[in-house]
Amino acid sequence: MNKPIVTVRNVVKSYRKGREAVEVLHGLDLEIAQGEFSALMGPSGSGKTTLLNLIGGLDRPTSGEVEVGGERIDRLSSRALARWRSNHVGFIFQFYNLMPVLTAQRNVELPLLLKKMSSKERRERAMTALEIVGLADRAKHLPRELSGGQEQRVAIARAIVSDPDLLLADEPTGDLDRDTANEILDLLGTLNTRHGKTILMVTHDPVAAEHAGRTVHLDKGSIKAGEEAA
Amino acid sequence: MEQILVITLQNLKSIPGRLGTSLVAVVGVAGVVAVLVAVLSMARGFENTLESGTSPGNVIVLRSGSSSELDSGFQGDQARIIAQAEQLALVSPEVYVIVDLEKKSSQTQANVPMRGVGADAAAIRSDFRIIDGRMFEPGRRELVAGRGAADQFAGLAVGNTLEFGTERWDVVGIFESGGGSAESELWTDSATLQGAYRRGNSFSVVYGRLDDPGRFTEFKDALTSDPQLSVRVERESEYFAEQSRALSTFVSVVGYGIAVLMALGALFGALNTMYTAVSDRAREIATLRALGFTPVAIVVSVMAEAMLLALAGGLIGAGLAWLLFNGFTVSTLNFSSFSQVVFAFAVTPGLLVQGIVIALIIGLVGGLAPAIRAARMPIVSALRE
Repeated sequence: MNKPIVTVRNVVKSYRKGREAVEVLHGLDLEIAQGEFSALMGPSGSGKTTLLNLIGGLDRPTSGEVEVGGERIDRLSSRALARWRSNHVGFIFQFYNLMPVLTAQRNVELPLLLKKMSSKERRERAMTALEIVGLADRAKHLPRELSGGQEQRVAIARAIVSDPDLLLADEPTGDLDRDTANEILDLLGTLNTRHGKTILMVTHDPVAAEHAGRTVHLDKGSIKAGEEAA
Repeated sequence: MEQILVITLQNLKSIPGRLGTSLVAVVGVAGVVAVLVAVLSMARGFENTLESGTSPGNVIVLRSGSSSELDSGFQGDQARIIAQAEQLALVSPEVYVIVDLEKKSSQTQANVPMRGVGADAAAIRSDFRIIDGRMFEPGRRELVAGRGAADQFAGLAVGNTLEFGTERWDVVGIFESGGGSAESELWTDSATLQGAYRRGNSFSVVYGRLDDPGRFTEFKDALTSDPQLSVRVERESEYFAEQSRALSTFVSVVGYGIAVLMALGALFGALNTMYTAVSDRAREIATLRALGFTPVAIVVSVMAEAMLLALAGGLIGAGLAWLLFNGFTVSTLNFSSFSQVVFAFAVTPGLLVQGIVIALIIGLVGGLAPAIRAARMPIVSALRE
C-alpha cells in the first residue's frame, strides 16, 4: 500500500439536535492510500457523507484527528481551512452544484479565482480541464443547456482544475441514468489511473462501487469489519 | 477582489430570475427617495424664493419689535429721517397692505401682499423688469403684478380692472424680480396706496441699498442710536432667511418624518428581498464556500447586490421627483407675513445626492443581516438544500 494521503483516527462526530446530542460517527479509523480509488458505501444515515465532509474540511470532528496530505486539518481555523480546501481537494456533488448563470468555462474557472493567475492562464487551464472531461466544445454553454451527464462532467472539470491530489465525490451518479452514470464512473477511473488522482466516492450504488479499487462499508457510524477489502 | 466581483456579477445576473422580489426593494426605495426629495425640494424652493432677488447691499428697516412688514409702521417724518441716512445710495419707503384675490387653483380667497413703493424701489430689487405692459404711473390707481402672483391669482392680466380697498385698480403691467418674493406681490405708488387705505403719511417699512455693503454696521448703529427712532435694521437677505425659517423647518420636519416612516417600510422590503435572494441561492453559496471562497466575499457580494438594487431605486425616485416636481410652482401662506408667497419646488443636485445617500443607507442596512446569514450558513447542510 502506498503511503496514506488520508488518515482518520478515532473520529467522533456528533450533532446537536435540539437538546439532544446525536453521535453520527463513533471513534472511526480509516486510511486512504495515495492514488487509491475508494468507494464509501452504507445505508442512509450511516455517516458516509459526514465522513466525506470531515475529510474534505467542510466540517470538523467533535473529537479525533483528520490528517490529509500530512496536515492536521481538524486543527485549522475556518479561514485556513477554506484556503486548504481550495488548494488540496476537489468536490463533486450529486446535483453538480454549478452556478446557473455562468457558462461551463466560467464555472470551471471559479476555483482559480482564488489563486493569483492571469485571466488568460485561468481560461487556458479551464479549457484543459474541459478537454480532459471531453466537453471542450461546450465551454460557452450555460448549465441549463447541458444534459445531466454533461453538467456532472463540468463539475468534475471544476474539481480538477486546480489540480488537487484528492477528489471527493458525494453520490456523483445518484442523479444520472445507468449509461450516463457509467460514463462518469469511467471518467473518474481515468482520472485515477491516468492522472493519479486519489478519489473517495460516497455511493449507494453497488455497480458504482465496482468501479472503485476498494470499498469501505459504513454502518451506523462505524466501519464494518471484514468488508473493507476490494 | 476578483472573487468578490465574480460572485457579485453572478448574483446580479440571477436577478431576472427573482425579478418580483427584487422589484419590491427597488420600488420601495424609489418611493422613499421620491417623497423625500419632493418634500425637501418644496422647503428648498420656498427658501430660494425668499432669499433670491436679495442683494448684499440691501437693507430693510422695520419698527422695533415688529416681526414682519405687516405689523411694522412709521410716521412720515421718521421715514424721512431713515431715508436721509448718509450710507444709503437708494431708498424706498413703502406701504404694505394685504388684499383679497381669488386663487386660481382652489378658487378660494387668499391674502396677497400689495406694496406701495417709492421711486427707487425697482432699482433696489435685483433684476426688476417689466415683462408685460408698463410700469404704473405715480398718482394713478394703477398697479403692476409680480409674475408669480399673476400666475397664481385670478384677474391679474394687463388691461384688467380690480376692485379692493375703496378703489378700482387698473392692472397695467407684469414684472419679474429674479424669482424673489416680490414676484408674489402687487405694486403701486406709495402715495396712492396711502390714500386708498387711509394711511395718511405713514409707511410700513423702508427699503434701501447701501452705497457700500460694508457700511451695514455703521448704518445700523446710526439708526438704532438715533433717539427720534425706534427701529429694527436688518440686511434684506437675513430678514428673508428668517421669514422662511418657520415654513421650511416645518416642511423639512414633516418631510423627514414621512421619509423615515417610508424608509422603515422600504427597509423591510429590502430585507425580505435579500433574505429571499440568499435562501434561493443557499446551495450556490455553500458550493462557493466549499470551493474555498471566503465568508467576506459572500458578505460583500450580497451587500453589493442590495446596494445596487437600492441605488437603482434611489435613481428612479430622484429622477421621478426631478421630472415631476422641479420647477412645479405653487403658492402658500408665509406664516410670518400672513400673505401668499409664490414659489417653485427646487430639486437641487444636493437634494438628489441626499436622496441617493438615503437609498444607499437603506440598501446597506437591508443587505447586512441577510449577508451575514449567508456567510454563516453551515456549508454542509446548505449543500444539500
